[in-house]
Amino acid sequence: MKYFIFTFFLLVNIGLIIVLDTRKVLPLPLGKFLSVQEGIWRNAEPVDKNFNEDVKVTGLNGKVDVYFDERLVPHIFAEQENDAFFVQGYIHAKFRLWQMEFQTHAAAGRVSEIVGDKAINFDKTQRRTGMVFAAENALYAIEQDPASKAAVDAYTAGINSFINTLNTADLPIEYKLLGYKPEKWTNLKTALFTKQMTNNLAGYDRDFEFTNALKVLGEENFRILYSDLPDSLYPVIPKGTQYKANDIALNIPATADSLYFKRTDTIQIAEEYKPNPANGSNNWVVSGTRTKSGKPILANDPHLGLTLPAIWYEIQIKTPEYNSYGVSFPGIPGVVIGFNDSIAFGFTNAGRDVKDYYQIQFKDDSREEYLFNNKWEKANQRIERIGIKDSKDVFDTVSYTVFGPVTYDKSFKTALTDNQSYALRWVAHDTSNILKMWLLLNRAKNYDDYLNAIKYFNVPGQNMMFASKSGDIALWQQANFPLRWKDQGLFVMPGIDSSYMWHGYIPQEQNPHSLNPEQGFLSSANQRAADSTYPYFIPGSYEVYRAITINRKLNEMYNVTAEDMQSLQNNNYNVFAEEARPILLQYVDKSILSQDELKYLTLVENWNLQNDPNEKGTVCFIAWWDSLHANVFSDDLNMGEIPLIKPEKFVLLEALEKDSAFKFVDDKRTPEIETLVMQVTSALKKASTQLDSLEKENKLEWGKFKNTTVYHLLKTNAMAFARPGLLNGGGNGIINASQHDHGPSWRMVIEMTTPTNAYGVYPGGQSGNPGSKFYDNFIDKWTKGEYYKLWVMNDNDIQDKNVKWKMSFTSN
Amino acid sequence: MKKFIVSLVATGLLAFAMGLVLPWWSISIAGFIPAFLIPQKRYFSFLSAFFAVFIFWGSFATFISVANDHILAHRISILVLKKDDPNLLILFTALLGGLVAGISAVTSRSLSILIRK
Repeated sequence: MKYFIFTFFLLVNIGLIIVLDTRKVLPLPLGKFLSVQEGIWRNAEPVDKNFNEDVKVTGLNGKVDVYFDERLVPHIFAEQENDAFFVQGYIHAKFRLWQMEFQTHAAAGRVSEIVGDKAINFDKTQRRTGMVFAAENALYAIEQDPASKAAVDAYTAGINSFINTLNTADLPIEYKLLGYKPEKWTNLKTALFTKQMTNNLAGYDRDFEFTNALKVLGEENFRILYSDLPDSLYPVIPKGTQYKANDIALNIPATADSLYFKRTDTIQIAEEYKPNPANGSNNWVVSGTRTKSGKPILANDPHLGLTLPAIWYEIQIKTPEYNSYGVSFPGIPGVVIGFNDSIAFGFTNAGRDVKDYYQIQFKDDSREEYLFNNKWEKANQRIERIGIKDSKDVFDTVSYTVFGPVTYDKSFKTALTDNQSYALRWVAHDTSNILKMWLLLNRAKNYDDYLNAIKYFNVPGQNMMFASKSGDIALWQQANFPLRWKDQGLFVMPGIDSSYMWHGYIPQEQNPHSLNPEQGFLSSANQRAADSTYPYFIPGSYEVYRAITINRKLNEMYNVTAEDMQSLQNNNYNVFAEEARPILLQYVDKSILSQDELKYLTLVENWNLQNDPNEKGTVCFIAWWDSLHANVFSDDLNMGEIPLIKPEKFVLLEALEKDSAFKFVDDKRTPEIETLVMQVTSALKKASTQLDSLEKENKLEWGKFKNTTVYHLLKTNAMAFARPGLLNGGGNGIINASQHDHGPSWRMVIEMTTPTNAYGVYPGGQSGNPGSKFYDNFIDKWTKGEYYKLWVMNDNDIQDKNVKWKMSFTSN
Repeated sequence: MKKFIVSLVATGLLAFAMGLVLPWWSISIAGFIPAFLIPQKRYFSFLSAFFAVFIFWGSFATFISVANDHILAHRISILVLKKDDPNLLILFTALLGGLVAGISAVTSRSLSILIRK
């Protein structure tokens, strides 16, 4: 009996520990997880935590002091520039280590190692897109340049010297949640970070969908529905700018008519992990002629997925050579968007297409040889080992051709046929060192320095806004943009020879740009860079409407102040609706509407065109227009059967403005001829059904409907770390581009006075720790459209009341 | 009563000390050793070890969480207990710790009885 009792308790004891120490029974190892000595309680940071610290590290050449202000923004004072990067690395890791590693794991296609087999397809996509290949090429270029290599080496050493201080109890909470440990940082990870950002900004591509649309619609209709040149275009470079003629001969291949424009197959590739096409931004700069202070004002708000921990980390870096302030990316050294004592710089996405697919003909299923210029060429095969949590590794072989990696073939997308293999030609694979641009921009003093810095930047294409204290304003749309004949790269191209390859890049000095234009301001909002007079073919995914509002507003603004620019960044005016609403109201047949439908019609009619959080008109308008869009196009584009993409909303709007008998209005599936009146009316009826249920859920107001949410990077798996239900306005096509989980990830306004008058805010906080009061403390201010005044600390401010804590770094 | 208190204090101190260097399950060893050495009725052994770690984990978690304004406990209680209740999370933490130490103490006492026979 005693044996039995002992054995019984022993088994219970062992069982209990196994249950609480592992994930075999419960999803979390609750004992380890809740232990007060090593679990999550250790991540509960005292709200009055003292961040003062003397840190002894190996690898510094001089002394570095870091002063933290009350928002936990570090002001790094370093005697040597590379020491500043060392400490930036240390500080990034101290506050943001988990996200840095997670994002670079994602870039490298290593998410399955952390979350298990549900991420295999994501990881394969990353590998097959050549993300690691691209990062290796970038790293090669970085290491060719001694200054860049030294900067990145120092940054990496700083991160690792922080990682070395960590024990189990100190690990960021996500490691405890997911059950793994950080690995050493490497220079390659920094390169991977830049490639992940590149993929977000220059990875959106529609070649397969366009190829399918061409087949379904024919060339003429394709051109109508997928134009990227709206009538209402307000290009980045002011209209009327004279461009130098393009004197480079671009020969269209002889087979273009048969093999390119008249394809007969459709391609069953549904890309699951397309970057969000709304990844974009606003920036503008107003010259001193239009400002109250007589100095330029630069504003920038990059639109990205809103995440916690935030993508941005605010920082000041002061070395003997320069003094820069702004936001940095945890993962790379330097200030990415910001200003120094002489200049300010900001970015928006160019949206240009720099990514094309070529159809490859392999000799056989081994995919070792492919036909190229009448010869069988050997493909470089890269064997990808994908580690999977709690399971065996998975292997994937990717063939590299003269174009780039074969992203899609039947071994990956099983619906593809034997001869359907597609190689990716992407500027992101080129060998280049984009970090050098930031290293130079941080120390730039004038327009020439800026111009020299940006030439190092090859991808992702950006509209690089510039202002200087000496009064210059400028913008360059900068990157390596493929030199293409008209329509080249819209569709999948034949890859059996070199005839469809790019003709190099558009000469850098021909990139769209403007310096001190007569109008006294410059702006960009992801619209097409130039109108049709620009002598190069520039396809892309462009926004239309933010640019219209911005230009209209700036045109009429004089005596501008920083506050004016802040309120412009938060402007909720819906200029698309201004144009589209009259069509809905003109063509709706009120006589056949029910009481409810009339109610929604009235809400649209009386709407003030502001996407403010309390507006019901916004929700009714969007539902109505979307429903009309579907009514018009769903018969022509049967989206379910083959991968296709919806035409842009300007296409429908501008077509209907010109011709109410637009040929797509009729529903081909019915014998009768539908008129615009019938389609607009039926669209309202359909929308009303949706609006009825929204009203029942009390979600008819725009802010409630939109439910702005800053998700944790683990998305719905970690809602406890998210901030849902933020009530703000804005939306797609609105200057305040705040959508459900996407939008202004940093709002910044810089007035180039002395001292610099700077403001900024981002929806997050300086700490990545959900147990810190600094995790999400900027969010409420961001939601309200308010700003923090940015404090540029000087050498004599050491005793200033703004300094709350100090970390001193010395070499041991 | 004296044995009970000695066991309780010894378990608590051992749990704290071993936790500084060993993984969380060292609370199980902390429950085991005093229970083996100090003869008590099995349920007293259980209770002394249980309360030792219950008090240790409970008070430590409370101390940490109060200093943190319960910021993290709010979030973790939603994650683990599906309910926004920091105090419940502290109680849950203390109960888990107490249970592990208590069961270990009973196992230990059973072994002790077995060996002395």
